[in-house]
Amino acid sequence: MPNFNWLHVGFLLQGLAWTLGLSVIAALGGGAVGFGLALARLHRLAPVRALAWAYVQLMQGTPLLILMFLGYFGFNMLGFQNLPALVAAGVAMTLFSSAYLGEIWRGCIQSVPRPQWEAAECLGLEGWPRLRHVVLPQALRIATPPTVGFAVQIVKNTSLASVVGFVELAQAGKLVNNSTFQPFLVYALVAGLYFLICWPLSAWSRRLERKLHVGRG
Amino acid sequence: MNYQWSFTDLLPYAPELLAGAWLTLKLSAGATVLGFAAGTACAVARHSGPRWLQALVGAYVEAIRNTPLLIQVFLVYFGLASLGLHVAANGAAVLALVVNVAAYTCEIVRAGIASVQKAQIEAGECLGLNWLQVYRHIVLAPAVERVYPALTGQYVMLMLASSITSQISAEELTAVANRVQSDTFRAFETYIVAGLAYLLLSFVVRLALWGLGQWLFSRRRRLGTPL
Repeated sequence: MPNFNWLHVGFLLQGLAWTLGLSVIAALGGGAVGFGLALARLHRLAPVRALAWAYVQLMQGTPLLILMFLGYFGFNMLGFQNLPALVAAGVAMTLFSSAYLGEIWRGCIQSVPRPQWEAAECLGLEGWPRLRHVVLPQALRIATPPTVGFAVQIVKNTSLASVVGFVELAQAGKLVNNSTFQPFLVYALVAGLYFLICWPLSAWSRRLERKLHVGRG
Repeated sequence: MNYQWSFTDLLPYAPELLAGAWLTLKLSAGATVLGFAAGTACAVARHSGPRWLQALVGAYVEAIRNTPLLIQVFLVYFGLASLGLHVAANGAAVLALVVNVAAYTCEIVRAGIASVQKAQIEAGECLGLNWLQVYRHIVLAPAVERVYPALTGQYVMLMLASSITSQISAEELTAVANRVQSDTFRAFETYIVAGLAYLLLSFVVRLALWGLGQWLFSRRRRLGTPL
């Protein structure tokens, strides 16, 4: 059995790079779908709202682990046999983060005071121009702290991509542990690497939150 | 796409899947009760404990909230084993979930405690209540009532996250689903059934916690006003 050495550390760092890559994919994909979802949740047509609501309920009521398996085996079933695990993991992470980001952003859009919407209407703005020029810029300010906070959830949850064989940090840790069998050392190191990414994000989110509340009730 | 769907292949496994769902509920109920107790204790310690204890609890909360549950589960299960402590998978699963959810509970309850006004506490002291009574009746009870919706959300997420303990072979719903799919080669159907079962469980947990809230905070109903 090989002892834990620098090669293993290098392998873990490589896994960390993939963790970051998958996080970026999840944030971009989830952000795009989530934005559409937030707007759909506030749409004037009731069926659109209901559909978006059902999607959120479905995604938030199912464990990400199950979504990972569904993504992985779903692509197999559709006939894509040799798709990289990154695709299945990316799709599952996108579905997962879109539901949460959509709800966060919907709340932020709704928290823009009602008179702002009405004032825009008085200026002759309606629909998308009103959102784009009046509501969204204000919602963005409110949305930044919780969005950065959710980025921490994204990074942590990419660890579940390990179950479909995607070699990100958690899976790299599993493989290193299988060859060295020093679980305490290996997993503590893996946890430390996650902490190194997540803690600055958490701290940043808190700082943004404090800044936002300066000069307000 | 010419995939032949077949949910009937799963029928013989229904009792096992039900047993898995039952274990999921038991694991999460255990972790919820213990996690709430431990988390509330942490919140009290962080709010009014000595400096060193506040720092210690703060470090614990930050460490847990910034690392994945999966790694925490591995650390508890394999870590304890490598220290010579052999804990059964279910025990390790509950332990890891408790360690995890207590940190989140601590933050939520602390926010509740911070929202209790100082004048309330002083009023309690004026009435001759001792420290323990003040904490119990004037600080904690209203604090928990105020953050109860956030706690509910957290414990529903805990139930869903308990699926992660399948990775250390706790035989809960996801682990059973993994076994069923490798027996039947009906992966997609199996995970759809498992996903729907989780959806149902999350409604059940939400409903149970709502009912508990109605029962615990009946004062709100009597007065017709929140705090």
